[in-house]
Amino acid sequence: MKIYNKGPVFLGIVIFLALALFPFYNNFGKANKKLDIKTDTPAILEYEKVNGKKECVEPKAYMRGEHMVLINNWRDAVVRDDNRGYLSSTGKRWNMSLQNGCMQCHSNKKKFCDECHNYMAVKPFCWDCHIQPVEKEETQS
Amino acid sequence: MKALVSLIAVLLLALIAYAGASVPAMRFLFGVVIPYAAFIIFVVGMVVRILKWASSPVPFRIPTTTGQQKSLPWIKHSTIESPSTGLGVIARMALEVLFFRSLFRNLKTQQVGDGTQVAYGEAKWLWAAGLAFHWSFLIILVRHMRFFIEQVPAAIQMIEGLDSFLQIGAPLFYMTDAVILASVTYLFIRRIGIPQVKYISLIADYFPLFLILGIAVTGVLMRYFTKTDIVSVKVLAMGLISFNPTVAETISPMFFTHLFLLSVLFVYFPMSKLVHMAGVFMSPTRNLANNSRMKRHVNPWNYPVHVHTYEEYENDFREKMKGAGLPVEKE
Amino acid sequence: MAKLPKPEELSKIDLTPPKTDWMDTPVVFKEGMFCHGSKPKSLEIVGFPNPREWRPADADWKLPENWKEILLEGIADRLKKYRSFRLFMDICVRCGACADKCHFFIGTGDPKNMPVLRAELIRSVYRKEFTTAGKIFGRMAGARELTVDVLKEWWYYFYQCTECRRCSVFCPYGIDQAEITMIGRELLNLLGLNIEWIAGPVSNCYMKGNHLGLEPHTIVGNLEYMLDDIETVTGKRIKPTFNRKGAEILFVTPSGDLFADPGTYTAMGYMMLFEELGLDYTWSTYASEGGNFGFFTSNEMAKRLNSKIYAEAKRLGVKWILGGECGHMWRVLSQYMDTWNGPADFLEVPKSPITGTVFENAKSMKMVHVAEFTADLIKNNKLKLDPKRNDHLKVTWHDSCNVARGMGMLEEPRYVLKNVVNNFVEMPEDTIREKTFCCGSGTGLNASEDMDLRMKGGFPRANAVKFVADHYGVNMLANVCAIDRATLKALMEYWVPSVGVCGLHELVANALIMKGEKERTTDLRGEPLPGIEAKEEKA
Repeated sequence: MKIYNKGPVFLGIVIFLALALFPFYNNFGKANKKLDIKTDTPAILEYEKVNGKKECVEPKAYMRGEHMVLINNWRDAVVRDDNRGYLSSTGKRWNMSLQNGCMQCHSNKKKFCDECHNYMAVKPFCWDCHIQPVEKEETQS
Repeated sequence: MKALVSLIAVLLLALIAYAGASVPAMRFLFGVVIPYAAFIIFVVGMVVRILKWASSPVPFRIPTTTGQQKSLPWIKHSTIESPSTGLGVIARMALEVLFFRSLFRNLKTQQVGDGTQVAYGEAKWLWAAGLAFHWSFLIILVRHMRFFIEQVPAAIQMIEGLDSFLQIGAPLFYMTDAVILASVTYLFIRRIGIPQVKYISLIADYFPLFLILGIAVTGVLMRYFTKTDIVSVKVLAMGLISFNPTVAETISPMFFTHLFLLSVLFVYFPMSKLVHMAGVFMSPTRNLANNSRMKRHVNPWNYPVHVHTYEEYENDFREKMKGAGLPVEKE
Repeated sequence: MAKLPKPEELSKIDLTPPKTDWMDTPVVFKEGMFCHGSKPKSLEIVGFPNPREWRPADADWKLPENWKEILLEGIADRLKKYRSFRLFMDICVRCGACADKCHFFIGTGDPKNMPVLRAELIRSVYRKEFTTAGKIFGRMAGARELTVDVLKEWWYYFYQCTECRRCSVFCPYGIDQAEITMIGRELLNLLGLNIEWIAGPVSNCYMKGNHLGLEPHTIVGNLEYMLDDIETVTGKRIKPTFNRKGAEILFVTPSGDLFADPGTYTAMGYMMLFEELGLDYTWSTYASEGGNFGFFTSNEMAKRLNSKIYAEAKRLGVKWILGGECGHMWRVLSQYMDTWNGPADFLEVPKSPITGTVFENAKSMKMVHVAEFTADLIKNNKLKLDPKRNDHLKVTWHDSCNVARGMGMLEEPRYVLKNVVNNFVEMPEDTIREKTFCCGSGTGLNASEDMDLRMKGGFPRANAVKFVADHYGVNMLANVCAIDRATLKALMEYWVPSVGVCGLHELVANALIMKGEKERTTDLRGEPLPGIEAKEEKA
C-alpha cells in the first residue's frame, strides 16, 4: 500500500499514538504504588480494646464512598444549626466534629487521609478553615 | 424509530454490563479483557483508517477559498481564509479544529414575508453546542488522566481545579459534566426536532449520541450519587497500563457499565462517522494552500490523454481558415 | 418554457420532507427538472462509452449488461485515486449545516437536494459495497443495494447540482459536494448517462475548439460584427489578430461571449481595452474556449479539452496567457490546468507590458485573469475612465461561485467596478463573496428544457438581487462569468425583470476614454448615454 504525503500523515499518526499510548509509556518500568492506609492509632486500638471491634461512625464501605458528603453535612449541621449530635445508621450517637471527632481516632492524617487523597489527586478543603493536626514524625513514634 | 432503536441498543449494552459485572466471575472480563481488546481495536483501527485515506493521493489542489486570494500586492490577501503558505494553512486548520470555524458561519435560511422570499438569519446554536460538547469531552478525558498517572501532574490538577472552581458540593461538581449532558441532549433534540435533520439521520447518528450520553450519565451517577471505590478503580487503571491488573471486589457494577460503554465507543469509533476526529485533518478543501497558480501541484497518476491536436484541427478547417484570412501551418 | 409556472407559484416552496424515509421515496422525474439525454454522436466523437439513443424519462435506459460491475469498479477505482472521495464517504456526521445552504434545496424544498443527502445517495452504496459495517448490518448501517432505481436517482440529482461549493464553505470538515457530484457524474458517464447540453458542447469543443462549435471563419465573422458595433459607438475600427505567431499574449475567453448578448458586449469590451493599450495579443480559433464542459463529465475529458490552451500558447510562441471573464473556467485553470497539462515552462512569468507588474501569483501556471490585469492597470493610472457614462446604471456584483470559492478572486473585480461605475451596491452579505449563490444553471445545466430547475435553483440569487433592486433601485447585475451572463439574463427576466445583466469589461469599455474616439452618444448596447437625450432635446 503506497502512502501519499508521508511526512504529515506519519507525523499525525505519531502524535495520535503518543497521546493514546501516553499512560502506558509514562508508567513504564515504574512499580505501582501499594497503598498503605493505617487504622492502628493508639485511640483506635484503645477503642478496639474497650468495644471488642474497630468501628467508625458508619460502616466502612459507606464511609469509603460517602465520607466527604457526611463531613460536609456535619459541617452544615454544626455551623448552621449548632447541632453536634449524630445518630448513625447503626443507632449510635456520635459527636459531630472533625478535630474532636474524626481526628481523635484518625490522628494519623498522613497515613489515613492523605494516602488516598494524594493518590487520587483530591484536595479536600477541610484544612482551609480547620487547623491541621500536628503529627509526630514517624521516626519518633 | 431510528432513535428508539439506538436508545434500546445502548440501554441493552448498559444492562449487559451491569448484570454481567454483578457476577464476580465476570469482573475480569468487563474490567480487563474487554477494555484491552477495545483499546487495541481503537488504536489499530484508527491508524489503519488514516493509512487507508493516505493511500489515496490528493491529485488536485482544491482548497475551498473562503477569502481573498493572494494576487496584486496592494490587494489585501486573506492569509487564513485563503492561505497561500503552509503557515496560513496551519492557522486555518487550527481555527477549524479548535474552534469549528466553518460551523461558525452557519446560517438559517428562512422564508419571510408572504413566504415568497428568503432571508438568512444567525444560527450559532449548532456551533455552540458542538464546540461545548467536544471541548467538555476533551477536558473530561484529560481529567481522567488522574487515574492513569500515579503522581498526578500539576497541569491536570489545574484543569480539574478550573473545572470545579464553582466549589459546589462534595465531591466537587465539575462544570463539564453538566455541559456535556446538556450539549449532547441538545444535539439529540436538534436531530429529532428539525425536520430536515431528522430526515437525514441514520441509526449511526443516534447511536453514538446515546452511547456518549450513557457514558456521561454513568460517570455522573458514580461521582455524585451511587459512588464506587474510586481508589480501587485507580488501582485497576494503573494495573491495566502496567499489564498487571487487579480487579477489587469493592468496585461497583456502575463502574463496569461506564467502562463497558466506553469500550463499545472505542470499538465503534474507527468503523463509524466518528473517524471525523482524524479525517478533519486530511480534508483537501481545508488543508491545502491556495497556491496552485504559483506552484505546480503534481498528480501522481496523471497520464497522457488523447487530444485533438492543432494539426488535426487545421486539417479539418484549412480551407475555411484560409478563406477567413487566418494563417495556417501548411498551405 | 411555455409550461413554466409563474414566479408567484414557483416561489411557494414547501420545505417539509416527505413522510417516507428517503430510501423508500422513489425518484420521480419531473418535467422541467432535467435535461435531454446525450445523443450517440456526441459521445462517439470523444469516445465516451455506450453511445445510443435514449431518453431519461424512458424506463429502459439501454444500459450495458454489466452496468453494475462497471459502476462498482468505477467507484473502487476512484476511491483509490481521490483522497477527497474516500474521505468524504467516511467522515460526514450529518449535522445538517449544509442542508439549507444549497440553492437547489432552497428553491425546490426537495430533501435530496440537501448536499448531505445528495452525498448519501452514493454514500449508501459505498457502505453496502465497500465497508464491513454496511455489508453486515445493511440498512441499519445506512447501506443500500445499487439498483437501476438508485442509478436513476443518481442521474436525476447529480444533474441537479451545479458544483458551486457553497455547501463546502459551511461544512465543518470541508466536505465538498462538488467533488462528489463530479465523481458521481464521472461514474454515470461510464454508462453513457450524460446530458446532451454537456455532451454536445464537449464534442464541439474537442473537434472545433469551442463549446458552441464555432468554426474558425465563424469566429472571425462574429468578431467582425462586434467590431462594426464598436465602430458605430466609438468611431474607431479595431483590427484584432487571430492565430498570430510571435504575439506576446494569447487571449482565451469562453466562447459564449462570442455568440450572444450580453456576453458579446463583454467581448467588445476586451477588444476596446486591448486596442487602447496597444496590447500585443492574439486570439486563437483552436484554443477558442476558456470554459470546460469536459469538467462536468470526467477528469480525463476535462484534461483533454484543457490541453489546447497550453498547446496553442506553445505553438504560437507567446510569453503568457490572458484569460477572459468566466467562472468554472477559472476554477479549472486555477486548480487543475497546471497539474494536468503543465509545467508550462515554455512560457514566461506573466508581466503586464503596460505597467511592468509581474503577476507572481501566477508564476507557475502563467495565466492571468483579465480582472486582475485591469485592476492593475487602473491602480497604475493607465486608463482614462469616465464612470459617468455608466451613471444610468445602479450596479450590484454577483460573485461567480467558482471564482469566489475555487480561486478567491473577490476584490479585483470590485476594485475595477468601483472605478468604472458611480453607483455600486452590494447584495446582502450572506449572499456574496464566499457565500455567493449560484445562478442555478452552472455545470452545463443551462439548457432550455430544464427551465423549472434553473428558475428554482436561481431563486436565492434572484431573491438577493430583488432585495437590492427594491431597496436601492439596482438595475444591473454585473459578473465575471460567461454562463452567468447567459443564464442570469433568463433568471432576471423571470424573477426581477427590472434588472439587466452584464460583464465587468462591458462596463470598463463604456467608461473607457479611447484615444481619437468620437464623442460617444450611446453605450455598447446602443442605449443613449446619460445626459445625451437631454442635450439633444436642448439642441
